[in-house]
Amino acid sequence: MTVSSIVVMIIGMVIIWGGLAASIIHAVRSSKKNKARDAANNV
Amino acid sequence: MERSQWGTRAGFIMAAVGSAVGLGNIWRFPYVAYENGGGAFFIPYLFALLTAGIPILILEFTIGHKYRGSAPLSFFRMGGKKLEWMGWWAVFVSFIISVYYAVIIAWAMRYTIFSFNQAWGTDTQDFLFNDFLQLTVQPGQTGGIVWGVFIPLALVWIITLGILLAGVKKGIELANRIFIPTLVVIFLAVVIRAVTLDGALTGLEAFFQPDFDAILNPTVWVAAYGHIFFSLSVAFAIMITYSSYLPKKSDITNNAFITGFANSAFELLAGIGIFAALGFMAAQQGVAVGDVATAGVGLAFVVFPQIINEFPGFNGLFGTLFFLSLTLAGLTSLISITETYVAGFSEKFGISRNKAVLFGGGLAALISILFATQGGLYFLDLADYFINQFGVAAIGLVEVVLVVWVFRKADLLKGHANEISDIRLGAWWKFSLGIITPIVLGYMMFGLLKLNILKEFETETGNYEGYSDMFTLAGGVAVAAAALIFGILFSIGKWHKEQGEYDERN
Repeated sequence: MTVSSIVVMIIGMVIIWGGLAASIIHAVRSSKKNKARDAANNV
Repeated sequence: MERSQWGTRAGFIMAAVGSAVGLGNIWRFPYVAYENGGGAFFIPYLFALLTAGIPILILEFTIGHKYRGSAPLSFFRMGGKKLEWMGWWAVFVSFIISVYYAVIIAWAMRYTIFSFNQAWGTDTQDFLFNDFLQLTVQPGQTGGIVWGVFIPLALVWIITLGILLAGVKKGIELANRIFIPTLVVIFLAVVIRAVTLDGALTGLEAFFQPDFDAILNPTVWVAAYGHIFFSLSVAFAIMITYSSYLPKKSDITNNAFITGFANSAFELLAGIGIFAALGFMAAQQGVAVGDVATAGVGLAFVVFPQIINEFPGFNGLFGTLFFLSLTLAGLTSLISITETYVAGFSEKFGISRNKAVLFGGGLAALISILFATQGGLYFLDLADYFINQFGVAAIGLVEVVLVVWVFRKADLLKGHANEISDIRLGAWWKFSLGIITPIVLGYMMFGLLKLNILKEFETETGNYEGYSDMFTLAGGVAVAAAALIFGILFSIGKWHKEQGEYDERN
């Protein structure tokens, strides 16, 4: 594979798979935060 | 009647991803990317994802969540009878798609069995069209029923309707929680094996090699927007229906980002796997990758069996995994497409969910027998072209124009999404929906209308695939028009009294 193809492949993977990973991590963190907030409100 | 609800957020996301990830991700995206600049295609593709795909997903998730109904009921609650017809139009487009989509899943199911001993032999094209589909009639003729297609088709409908009968949580959610991880694992195995084949790097080079001149061509941008649009299951009534089952506290904006990126992540994986396998085949035959690259039915049922034939070992296993992936990707999408009219019929007429599944799904199953006949492929090909271009794309255009410009609901919906979501929507969302999406879809629709009305296809008749005027009108134009006409007719009747009242302040 040429250098330009490898660079494009890596950038595409980072943006698309990275975007998916970032949005999942955000969802997990905010769900933990909300659970903690709900628990604090119940106390 | 209490409204069904997803059991978990992950369950909803799996179902939405299951709907978006379908046959097109595997057999359409790789070729569209290859044909439109290779690696450079990722620039318009990502731009289209962020300025059209995800904004429309957020719009549909918000509509379903705010108005808490199937697409027709949600649009009715948003704008009364003046909008309800659009929901029904989308529902009938989904109905038509479901009747032929089920047949393609039936083929994939049958090919999973054929893979065990490569029953397709050496001439895979002759096997598909003559032995398997028995395509010996002229376009427009049905011929007899092909039992080899009819039996798996019956099985596809039994599975789909069985899942829908079990309900939203115990049926759709549970099925997707099983099917989606299974699909990912199986497809990952296929891709890993494909990239380790001789010639795989040549295939990947063909797929990723950037042609940056291509992104100056407007048709490449239209192809990117068109692909994102068809790939994400937007304008099908699906995402509105699915999000209507979300609990009140739901982060709908991030759900849309996860769904959009997951769909793209899967199709990028598919592109790598498909082109690695095509590179292997090209190396075996001593030809260029461009000579074997293709899309759609030809890629899945003609070229892939050839690749499986030439495999160095475990041919049966690789073939089974590939066709099983197609079957699972198709099934999760078919479930979501069928759910749109199950929910719509149930709410409009106040009938139980089970009756709606048996009536709506049963009717679709009966009509789908037309596509299990000897001439079924011609009907399928024509209906698919017209319903996608003049159904799904047209609905997308009309939907954004009506919601943003005519009924001016964008700010209200933005407010609702921001109230419950972690990621706040800014001006980019309204700009994408109100300006970018209508311009691109409008340009695309204009080109399509011109192509079809002026008969500019490079075929003998000037029509799509060279079909006759009569067959094009009856099997394509009339089918696309029927979805709109039925949509308008269904919006005339009153809603069952339980759905009548809705407080927009909810």
